[in-house]
Amino acid sequence: VTSDANAAIDAIWRIESPKLIARLVRMMHDVGLAEELAQDALVIALEKWPESGVPDNPGAWLMATAKNRAIDRLRRDARLDQKYEQVANELAAAQANAWPTVGMADDEIGDDLLRLIFIACHPVLSTEARVALTLRLLGGLTTDEIARAFLVPESTVAQRIVRAKRTLAEANVPFEVPTGDELTARLSSVLEVIYLVFNEGYSATAGDDWMRPALCDDALRLGRVLAELTPREPEVHGLVALMEIQASRARARTDPSGAPVLLLDQDRSRWDHVLIRRGLEALQRAEALGGALEPYALQAAIAACHARARNPEDTDWGRIAAL
Amino acid sequence: MLFMLPNIETGGGDFTPTAEAVAEMTKYNQELEKSGVLLEAEGLHSQEEGARVTHERGKVTVIDGPFTEAKEAIGGYWMIQAKSKEEAIEWAKRVPSVQGDPFTIEVRPVFDMEEFPPDVQAAAQPS
Repeated sequence: VTSDANAAIDAIWRIESPKLIARLVRMMHDVGLAEELAQDALVIALEKWPESGVPDNPGAWLMATAKNRAIDRLRRDARLDQKYEQVANELAAAQANAWPTVGMADDEIGDDLLRLIFIACHPVLSTEARVALTLRLLGGLTTDEIARAFLVPESTVAQRIVRAKRTLAEANVPFEVPTGDELTARLSSVLEVIYLVFNEGYSATAGDDWMRPALCDDALRLGRVLAELTPREPEVHGLVALMEIQASRARARTDPSGAPVLLLDQDRSRWDHVLIRRGLEALQRAEALGGALEPYALQAAIAACHARARNPEDTDWGRIAAL
Repeated sequence: MLFMLPNIETGGGDFTPTAEAVAEMTKYNQELEKSGVLLEAEGLHSQEEGARVTHERGKVTVIDGPFTEAKEAIGGYWMIQAKSKEEAIEWAKRVPSVQGDPFTIEVRPVFDMEEFPPDVQAAAQPS
């Protein structure tokens, strides 16, 4: 029973933790502290839920528990510094008034989530650190899972994450969505991280730990989440289109012995047509927003020419050449 | 991992939902979409509009709906991409209870070719 309960809690964690951490970063202005508080709430859930059962609104429960931990901690720190006292009192008052109704609009949660994505992919961090932090904070993966997926020791990933949090704190990186020219640059850093995760999963071979190919799903999920949060950004849809169409071929690109099958030799009935449809729709959105010539959308457009052709000889080579 | 979540409804007959039910369900579907797990979601017409094609040792029988003996019918389905069966169950638990009659969401993992033995995989190759 306990392992079943733990698996259920694990699943809830994967769904709720990004929103939880995002909200806590807004409150505490510190990624490391926010994640610690979220982890504290998870530990308490792991103690209580197997006995009491999972609460009706597990997300709200985790948030309330993490906030209480935050108040305790701020009160403790208040003995050292008076400014914390006021923050703790404000939080406690808000907690008393607004709980257990979640009391925040969906787009408010979305804003926090988007800010967290931009922080995790901040250019002040190395690419490896961005990848680890993004999977940890937004993908809900454990350090062990990230380590297995990237074929590195767990201590390496743990260190990357600790250092990344310290770097963010030292650089005093603000919790905000960048605007103007900065938005373009920062968004391209986010897209780079997501596509890197996708490609790492796509390059997995038979016999690899299943965490590796699962990176494709993690990247797709992050991309779809981002597309919902930034619906006006053409390149986000371009990247989602590219990943959906590439992922649609996953089942057809190796033969039973694990040897690769070239695109034109693949059994197209084994392509995932739901993913193709989603990819084509995302590409349409990218193009409608004027992003047809951006790098990801362009690659997606080429992939789409293959995806649309029922047989290799139907491929619109003219269009591919034109692209 | 891919999962199909068919919604098995009781009460038979008319599945035409109320505006409130549709609003609730739309909110739920948006939540799935925002979480990056939704691949597709479809609602089905009642069995009255459909038919049953039964295969019995090579004998094929076609019966038009409705089916008076039927107590349960699939009213719709979701295709989702989740990390684990437990996650798919968690999403199934969150489906809003908008219908009067009880309903069951089944959580069914989609087969992956790699789960089959090599000879079955080889049989799935085009000739």
